[in-house]
Amino acid sequence: MKIWAVYRKELRSYFCSPLAYTVIGVYLALSGYFFSVILVTTKQLIMTGVFANMGLMLVFIAPILTMRLLTAEESEGTMELLLTTPVTVFDIVVGKYLAAFTVFLMGTVLTLSFPLFLCTYGSPDFGPIITGYTGFVLLGGAFLAIGLFMSATTDNQVIAGVLTFGVGLALWIVGWLAEELTGKARDIANHISAVQRYEGFLYGVLDLSDVTYFITIILAFVFLTCFAVIKRNCF
Amino acid sequence: MIEIINVTKYYGSHIAVKDLTFTVKKGEVMGFLGPNGAGKSTTMRIITGYMPPTRGRVLIDGIDVLKDPMRAKKRIGYLPESPPLYRDMTVKEYLLLVCDLKGIKGRKKEMETNRVIGISGLEQVTKRLIGNLSKGYKQRVGLAQALLGDPGILVLDEPTTGLDPKQIKEIRSLIKKLAGNKTVILSSHILPEVNAICEKIIIINKGRLVASGSADEISMRLQSRESIYVKAKGDFKKIANTLQKIKGMQSINQISDEAEVLEFNVEFEKGRDLREELFYAMAEMGCPILEMKPNKLSLEDVFVKLTTQEKVVETGEDLGSL
Repeated sequence: MKIWAVYRKELRSYFCSPLAYTVIGVYLALSGYFFSVILVTTKQLIMTGVFANMGLMLVFIAPILTMRLLTAEESEGTMELLLTTPVTVFDIVVGKYLAAFTVFLMGTVLTLSFPLFLCTYGSPDFGPIITGYTGFVLLGGAFLAIGLFMSATTDNQVIAGVLTFGVGLALWIVGWLAEELTGKARDIANHISAVQRYEGFLYGVLDLSDVTYFITIILAFVFLTCFAVIKRNCF
Repeated sequence: MIEIINVTKYYGSHIAVKDLTFTVKKGEVMGFLGPNGAGKSTTMRIITGYMPPTRGRVLIDGIDVLKDPMRAKKRIGYLPESPPLYRDMTVKEYLLLVCDLKGIKGRKKEMETNRVIGISGLEQVTKRLIGNLSKGYKQRVGLAQALLGDPGILVLDEPTTGLDPKQIKEIRSLIKKLAGNKTVILSSHILPEVNAICEKIIIINKGRLVASGSADEISMRLQSRESIYVKAKGDFKKIANTLQKIKGMQSINQISDEAEVLEFNVEFEKGRDLREELFYAMAEMGCPILEMKPNKLSLEDVFVKLTTQEKVVETGEDLGSL
């Protein structure tokens, strides 16, 4: 298994440039803002509103974290190195995915200071906070998988980023659309909406079908990425 | 040993390589020549398992690259046309990464890295960022990467392009140092360069094999032979036996054999025109000729293209030694 070789290389490249620091920094600053403003205005020891806003932020953060993952390998010609050493496409794709996911997790772990802060001033209900984090991590994982796939479809980082952003936002706004629709169309919109799925987690509901929804997106896009890499390079 | 058997590669409807067959024996340094766009890089990418051929097989020490890519890839060190480098890494970091990718572990990792740094003359730059290195050093890092893990087979795609004459000399002597216990295939569009390093040469043009042998053999053949391309129906063995008897005939080489249609090249002494005799001989055997054309031009044409580049390099070298 060469997954870890690719993983270490990718993680290193995140932290050797200002990329990971900038993304995590901005992400913490904004989520910190949401947390404090919501806490001050509602005076409630819950994080539902914070998670909702942090989720929407992922629509912007995921493209930035993933847009260079495979595009850079293609445009720098280093894909030829990876594919001619005894490393499988699966190793490359999964290694890169895990690296992006790790950076995302690092940022997320730092936001654990919010619930800890709540603990020092009262006793919040940990149920919704735990499910909220579960949903948030799954949502991030799904957006990152989409971004990884987009980076395998083009040589251009900006295009990969914009496509990821577009798909992420579409998954988000289709939930708003659902509220305006009726009947079958509403069911379908609700079914594919990331917001609808995500909201359950925020109110402390851990629904297996919601978990499955996100895991399916992750697995599907990771495998699609493998196919995209093979298709681009091997034919 | 590298065996390329009837390899054909299409990009969409464009043929990049057509029915290429040749063998590089163990310990041999083979020069792979052809003008730009002849299909050299494509062939090398197929050998290294980067892309599969449309048809045909490649065997690396008897291992089919398509069927067992992981084992085949372990035996090959590959330097692509543009060295695949991570600009934001130092030379040492990069080589350690390639060790990881090639599965070189533990104490061997450090030893291997230091060994290739030594061979490639990179001692001075191990801590520098690759992005800041000169073209010559980048090329050497690319070569060092190919040497990691001490693979028995080296595939080097235009290892000297873009280098200045002094660097060209260095890379050449480096490759010469490696020759002997390694099987090397090295592509170039400059004949003298290949001549200086390789015992054996293969020339391709437009994806087809034009000539193979030592440089002297090839140029001898150019001077003493003419060649005709024939497309006909019939059995190759029978045809070859009959045609062999024609006076002045030197060799008959089959190119392909598809759906009863046979393609072959007929080579004969310069100055004789065997076309009439060929026609009657074939007619007598009942083998209709579908197509016949002199193809002396292809090799000559290629040779001219390759040798005209010679002067550029030679004057370049003179400049370098001034």
